[in-house]
Amino acid sequence: MPSYVALTYTADVDWTSPDQAAEMTEYLEFGAAAAAVIRGGAALYPTATATTVRTSHKGGDVVSTDGPYAETKEALTGFYLLDCADLDEAIAWAAKIPAAWNGAVEVRPLVPPMA
Amino acid sequence: MDPVAGAALSSLTRDDRTRILATLIRVTGDIGFAQDALQDAILRALQTWQRDGVPDNPRAWVTVTARRCAIDRLRREAQRDDRELAAMQLPGQEDWQPPDSVVRDDLLRLVFTCAHPSLSAEARVALSLRTLGGLSTAEVARALLVPEATMAKRLTRTKQKIAKAHIPYRVPTDAELPDRLPTVLATVYLIFNEGYAASSGPSAVREELLDEAIRLARLLLELMQDEASVLGLMALLLLQDSRRSTRVDPTGALVLLADQQRADWDRRKIVEGLRLVGKALQRSKDRPDPYVVQAAIAACHALAPDYAATDWTAIVSWYDVLLTVIDTPVVRLNRAAALAELDGPLVGLAEVDRIDGLADYPYWHASRGDLLDRLERPEEADAAYRQALALGLNRSHDGHLRGRR
Repeated sequence: MPSYVALTYTADVDWTSPDQAAEMTEYLEFGAAAAAVIRGGAALYPTATATTVRTSHKGGDVVSTDGPYAETKEALTGFYLLDCADLDEAIAWAAKIPAAWNGAVEVRPLVPPMA
Repeated sequence: MDPVAGAALSSLTRDDRTRILATLIRVTGDIGFAQDALQDAILRALQTWQRDGVPDNPRAWVTVTARRCAIDRLRREAQRDDRELAAMQLPGQEDWQPPDSVVRDDLLRLVFTCAHPSLSAEARVALSLRTLGGLSTAEVARALLVPEATMAKRLTRTKQKIAKAHIPYRVPTDAELPDRLPTVLATVYLIFNEGYAASSGPSAVREELLDEAIRLARLLLELMQDEASVLGLMALLLLQDSRRSTRVDPTGALVLLADQQRADWDRRKIVEGLRLVGKALQRSKDRPDPYVVQAAIAACHALAPDYAATDWTAIVSWYDVLLTVIDTPVVRLNRAAALAELDGPLVGLAEVDRIDGLADYPYWHASRGDLLDRLERPEEADAAYRQALALGLNRSHDGHLRGRR
């Protein structure tokens, strides 16, 4: 069965803040409703906690920078791993994630694990 | 090439090839793979028929051979294991020939896959022309004025998305149809408009695209005979296309509806279009459909013996209905133009000026120019025409406007 990741792009919020409690409840409700197809996932801390890592070459010095800076209105704020029969099923579930109406959900197929 | 074998092969119509391809895609689960297998089969047909003569039923022969070519290709591809081969459910009997109802469903599957909402409009148009229309990649590229290499890349990317994202090859359920049918119809209409209004390029009409769109609409109608919007689309295309030969003068400049030689409109297309629009209206009484309503407007024009005798009251009313289902500035502009014919240019101009959001749309300026012209306000008209030209109409419209100035 194909696997997909559903990336949620929403306002760059702190999911642990009490302000988000009502919305978190909606996500938990989605999680319960979609339990059969959810294989994993997580909410992410805001982009202010992110670090971008690059090296000049393989094994080279680590250059880590703050960010990405959230200049855009919508940031990557969480993801779900979904096992679905096909894209239509994945889209149908993605449309039920609160981010679908509070932002956007990007559905991407996963490359199957290489043998 | 042996003339007999060649003739038999070319009697295998594009419709036949599309049908064989649609079944082959279901069986192999991969569009590109099915296209390659069909190509193999056609080559094999040429060789075998030259040697052994043409079989009684060429289409059946190619269908069976394409299936066998698919198996051969699969066996050559080392990465596919036996389980995958078995999953491809390729029946073994020599006379394997899917019944018509299955072929019909295969075609529907192909139609809905090519127009899947998760594909871009560009991708849908290209893939539909390539698979449903049976055009070669080079022909699709030429028709859409894109370099062949670019088109090849676009088609490959599209097929890859279908395969990797597992866009299903299936007919939507009745419940899903209202969501899924519009992208199918929009794809065909886009192909037609690209041919009719040629957004780029030197000619105002690109005939091959018009013919392809009509061919695809016929296929949809054959598959979904009772859908009001499919009937409406077919009617709309036929009625608009009936004016094809009169829309452009010998110099390539656009001829406005008012100035077209109505005697040269294609009567056969008009008669068929009118019949279909009647059927479509009956089937959409409770819920107006945008294609049906636009076809009704086109029917009003088709029925008018000359421009002055056009039933503008009916047309304005149809635009009012259209606005209840698609309220866009462009629809409002078209309504305003009809209103100008009914109540005079002053009323029309006031209506045109009231529309927001068309400042970058050349036809909005062209409409204003035309109405100002009629109101004998030449300086303002001139300024409006200038802006229309600056916003870049296609060259034949351009010539038309320059002629007006």
